[in-house]
Amino acid sequence: MKLNQTPTLRARTALVGGAAAVALLLSACGSDSSDDATGSSADASDTSDATDGTDAEAAALSVTDPWIKATDDDMTAMFGTIVNDTDADITVVGASSDAAGTVELHEVVTGDGGAMVMQPKEGGFTVPAGGTHELEAGGDHVMLMDLTGPLEAGQDVTVTLELADGSTQDVTAVVKPFTGADEEYAGGMDMGDEDMEHGDTDHGDHGDHDDMDHGDHSEDQ
Amino acid sequence: MTGLNRRNLLASGAAALGGAGVGWGTRGLRGDHDGNGTNSASGTEPASTEPAADVVTGGDTIDFHGVHQAGIDTAAQAHLSLVGLDLLEGGGGEELGRMMRLLSDDASRFTSGRGALADTEPELAESPARLTVTFGFGPRVLRMLRPAYDPGLQELPAFPLDRLDPAWGQTDVVLQVCTDDPMTLSHVRRMLLKDAAPFATVRWVQDGFRRARGTEAAGTTMRNLMGQVDGTVNLPADDHADLLWSTGRASGFDGGTFMVVRRIEMDLVDWDRTDRVAREFSVGRKLADGAPLTGSAEHDEPDFEAVDAVGFPVIDPASHVARMRSADPAERFLRRGYNYTTPDGGAGLVFLAFAADVDRQFVPVQQRMDELDLLNEWVTTIGSAVYAVPPACVEGDFVGREMLGLPSPTTSGGDA
Repeated sequence: MKLNQTPTLRARTALVGGAAAVALLLSACGSDSSDDATGSSADASDTSDATDGTDAEAAALSVTDPWIKATDDDMTAMFGTIVNDTDADITVVGASSDAAGTVELHEVVTGDGGAMVMQPKEGGFTVPAGGTHELEAGGDHVMLMDLTGPLEAGQDVTVTLELADGSTQDVTAVVKPFTGADEEYAGGMDMGDEDMEHGDTDHGDHGDHDDMDHGDHSEDQ
Repeated sequence: MTGLNRRNLLASGAAALGGAGVGWGTRGLRGDHDGNGTNSASGTEPASTEPAADVVTGGDTIDFHGVHQAGIDTAAQAHLSLVGLDLLEGGGGEELGRMMRLLSDDASRFTSGRGALADTEPELAESPARLTVTFGFGPRVLRMLRPAYDPGLQELPAFPLDRLDPAWGQTDVVLQVCTDDPMTLSHVRRMLLKDAAPFATVRWVQDGFRRARGTEAAGTTMRNLMGQVDGTVNLPADDHADLLWSTGRASGFDGGTFMVVRRIEMDLVDWDRTDRVAREFSVGRKLADGAPLTGSAEHDEPDFEAVDAVGFPVIDPASHVARMRSADPAERFLRRGYNYTTPDGGAGLVFLAFAADVDRQFVPVQQRMDELDLLNEWVTTIGSAVYAVPPACVEGDFVGREMLGLPSPTTSGGDA
């Protein structure tokens, strides 16, 4: 079941109204894609210019105002607005970056206990024909993990989006100071032992913020 | 209490009266960045007890990009927030470049009525209300990054009457944020400081104000908090380029200028004890309309030869207007000051001057005031700083890049 339009406003409304509704909306988005949305390792396939798509789909896909949250931890996220100028839907199925060992396409859902958690988004991000798909704190985002170094305010980071047709699109995002976007990673603290790739300490920090930031949302229901 | 009348002043003599803030002045020039013309209601419509609901000026914008930075020859907005930043220890050109990249991008978006990138409250940015954000760099930055580069920036000489508090002193970077709307001002400053936080600390914030937009006709000379018409003599709008903008002095600095910041504290307690005659005598102008004591309108030329019935000069040679007068037309600069108050009842003027050559244009005037000016009885400069204000940047670039010798931002992708 694919939504025709990215439900940005509705998602915001739902955040106020209750976390369950958010999860419903977000999980509905692009869920018919069979592509695996989980991460791909950083590779050497990225080109150096965002205008260089490797194929037809990529050439018509762009990201407006891409930015990445500055961090000296080992994970962060990219946000922005994916714009599809074609008359056909385009699905982003994966991403990579030299700045991160692992890059995943994430959504934010209600986890056990009502807290908002982020997790890999099944099917990736489908950007409707002639439409946009918001990547924003508290919603869908591109997750950068196992960072190769601190991401400092004002620097550029190139992230390569991988599209369903196999093409890629480079996006150069500027790193911004930002204290939000601290959703807990569902693959992290909650799943404790299963989390082999990421430091538990860092995730514990995220979890702490998460409990503070999002507890109210679940109580609103 | 004894009014300080003109005989007292004459008797006590000039010795008691030192110098401080040059600036009695601050009418904004109309220039490239003039923003007044868009509102037909600026004081020209008939008085009414009904609010003019159809006049909404929050959408008025002043372009951040161009030849010169905005906020200099822009007709002064109602509100000022001047922020002095010190770069963090260990920070160099690379860090400063990244900071300026973020701040310039913020300013570009804010001045067009958009939220910043990653703005947490973009709705607060929707009414720029003639917002300008102007950046300047202190002497230490240039010494650190480009010791051989000399656009003409150097610390002001010591003025004996100054009572400088380092808390209001020279910083590495200055942000001058001006807008007609205090909500916008608050948000813009907050976002700018969030983006500056990884690179710099805030030494001081100097907020200031003028009349609210629309309270008076645009172009009305402002009054300071001593009640004086403040800024009658200013750079003329049509003949100021050589005195305001740097040309041929240093690469990457054409179209730049220098900003002098003087925080001038007013002794309103003693001013309260001073009668109207003495107040006018000290400045040489009438309080009612700012006219010289020898004239009848604000812009009348003072007659320094005129004497009263007993042979005393009508405009005392030690008065502010007399002391500030120079036969040298180069001893002029653009004044753009703002009033301030403090929670403990203090008041003063955030004196801001812009000049292409501070030593040539500003320093001699300030030295004259420091030597002698009746106004010094009530005003004391407690903060002082000077900054190089580079030209504006083009879209996608950042302010000061060329002057600071920094590489171009690598905006190879997206719209960042």
